[in-house]
Amino acid sequence: MNPVEALQAEFGDAIQAVEEFRGEITVTVDGARIVDVCQYCRDTEGLQYNFLSDVTGIDYLPQEPRFGVAYHLYSMYQNRSLRLKVLLPGDEPAVSTVTGVYPAANWFEREIFDLFGVTFTNHPDMRRILMPADWDGHPLRKDYPLGYETVQFSFNFDEVDKFKPYAKE
Amino acid sequence: MGLTSKLGELGIVTVKLEDTVNWARTRAMWPMLFGLACCAIEMMSTQASVYDVSRFGMELMRPSPRQSDLMIVAGRVTRKMAPVLRQLYDQMPDPKWVLSMGDCASCGGVFNNYAIVQGVDEIVPVDVYIAGCPPRPEQLIHGIMTLHERVKQERLEDWV
Amino acid sequence: MTDIQETTIWEGDIQQLKGLVSERALAGETMVLNMGPQHPSTHGVLRLMLELDGETIISCVPDVGYLHTGIEKNMESKRYEQSIVMTDRMDYLSPMNNNLVYCLAIEKIAGLDVPERAQVIRVMLAELTRINSHLVWLATHALDIGAMSVFLYCFRERERLLDIFEIVSGQRMMSTYFRPGGIWRDLPAEFFPAVRSFLEDFPRRIEDYERLLTENPIWLDRTQGIGFLSADDAIKLGCSGPVLRGSGVNWDIRKAIPYSGYEQYDFDVPLGVHGDVYDRYLIRMEELRQSLRIIEQALARLPEGPFRSNNRKYVPPPRSELGQSMEAVIHHFKLWTEGFSLPESEVYVRIESPRGELGCFLRSDGGNKPARVHFRTPSFVHLSALPAMAKGYLIADLVGIIGTIDIVLGDCDR
Ligand code: SF4
Repeated sequence: MNPVEALQAEFGDAIQAVEEFRGEITVTVDGARIVDVCQYCRDTEGLQYNFLSDVTGIDYLPQEPRFGVAYHLYSMYQNRSLRLKVLLPGDEPAVSTVTGVYPAANWFEREIFDLFGVTFTNHPDMRRILMPADWDGHPLRKDYPLGYETVQFSFNFDEVDKFKPYAKE
Repeated sequence: MGLTSKLGELGIVTVKLEDTVNWARTRAMWPMLFGLACCAIEMMSTQASVYDVSRFGMELMRPSPRQSDLMIVAGRVTRKMAPVLRQLYDQMPDPKWVLSMGDCASCGGVFNNYAIVQGVDEIVPVDVYIAGCPPRPEQLIHGIMTLHERVKQERLEDWV
Repeated sequence: MTDIQETTIWEGDIQQLKGLVSERALAGETMVLNMGPQHPSTHGVLRLMLELDGETIISCVPDVGYLHTGIEKNMESKRYEQSIVMTDRMDYLSPMNNNLVYCLAIEKIAGLDVPERAQVIRVMLAELTRINSHLVWLATHALDIGAMSVFLYCFRERERLLDIFEIVSGQRMMSTYFRPGGIWRDLPAEFFPAVRSFLEDFPRRIEDYERLLTENPIWLDRTQGIGFLSADDAIKLGCSGPVLRGSGVNWDIRKAIPYSGYEQYDFDVPLGVHGDVYDRYLIRMEELRQSLRIIEQALARLPEGPFRSNNRKYVPPPRSELGQSMEAVIHHFKLWTEGFSLPESEVYVRIESPRGELGCFLRSDGGNKPARVHFRTPSFVHLSALPAMAKGYLIADLVGIIGTIDIVLGDCDR
């Protein structure tokens, strides 16, 4: 069964775009229907995308919709993969969690919440995962600075040294 | 180490108290088993068969800070790990030394970004820095020997 | 002296764990124990919250991120070639595999060819890395369970592998040897005798390890029947690699979606039956042997020819050409100052790392720096499956269960 045709037949307008690049199919899905689409992909005979490889966030700044969440599905029965993508607005991005369909998504979604600030509604445990709980901001957003510190060389040693914190006993 | 001996019939050796204490300290330094990242793997090789750091009195790695007197910061220290590291340092009994192993621990290394503490000397006072990413076991051993030299120069009143 | 109380990290307010531990813990009937981040058997800086009833684990809440290095963000500020060094430092037990997945992603977007010789060398080194990684796994896993001598033996053999890596790349661990379009330089002549003598010795060493462990009653007692994971659960939780195969699912990316010419090699994929810690141990031991087989075949069929692609849009010309050709100088200058640009696109590449599926999602926006790199790392996924594996077992078994999933915290937190 061709996954794109099957999805288009089943979901119609909710399939917003289909792209193919070097044999990888990307299907952009309406955020409101992502759980249904995942459920369909997993349970339909002929598709059987039973393995969720990866979920990742993308920041498309300055485009709008700004955020993307990409789901990489893989079917062990058919030996092929599919990328589903959801586009989300720049302020208060939120999408429903797919942990109900793929339990593996749990930590990936927490990671995206932590690093991009995309909220997953109905997620069982929406806390920060990588950064400390009291961290400000979401580091992987494009407008978040890298946090670069000036490197201390011999020519600017004293200059930088003034600002460098040192621990004392 | 200023060892003067008067080998009379009794075979008495006289030596300064300071030197003896320092000598004893260098011969039985117990490092804390505290691996953070890639450098910790090289630290493990240093203890394992080929390099065998127990030749230098480091037979034991203590996982508990209460029993150790040398902290080898082996790896990158993140902002999340920093308070833990400081707490471990505070729990170590005096006298204690810190060896910063690898570029990351010494200065942030290749990771000049939001997540990594740019040098562990922002958190704990460091005695010896070892360069390298990761430093070879020989380099770590050299760092330990350098620390030994340093310990031998120490005055007793520094620690009281 | 500093007051220790001042720097307490977690105040021990049990209510913070609401929803993560059972109701009984909130009422104080069961004990909540903190394990890590500084603990000898958590393989780095993993922190676990364990809810215990006596010695039985009722629930287990992992807390990761103590080694979050910001690699993905940092790579966005470096050119494609510059950021290869970062990938080594992710999963530091198998740096070559990390290089490989990143290079494969770049090559996929660029449509870059890789010469046959480079492919074979890549396979050979990736398999050597797999052996290297499994040796550290075996050493630490056995050490955690209490077998000290295995640790010493494994590290002895590992030193020989590190010497081989040093011969090819000049560095023991962080080799950064693979480049888009091939490898950094050709194999030096010393490489071949070193690998041959390793191939000769190593089968005997595997037997040594197996004699020490496989039928050792203590080892059997401590590994059999714990950390059970059914095939269904393993797939649902996203497990891959030896953890998945330990539950009997035959899925090896080297066979299913071959890359770098793995389809031309003859090797078996060992499968487990029970899905417990012991089965995964057996699988990894067998994988050591299969890796040796692959290396032998690769050595035998190593073709002559270029070791790096000739596509000058992406690959700088060799030093020898610089004196003769103006064009080469221009390419050299351009590639080392500005780097190459990739067309705007997104790809996802997966390979079989020693731990499982290692994926790289790469998005380029047409510039000379990646717009987004994401690594799907096996340790991260396997750690999220740890609560399911650890539930109901004794706290002493937990050490074995952590060991069996072979986590590398650098791989997990990136
Ligand atoms: S210095 Fe290098 S090897 Fe050591 S922790 Fe940092 S990145 Fe890893």
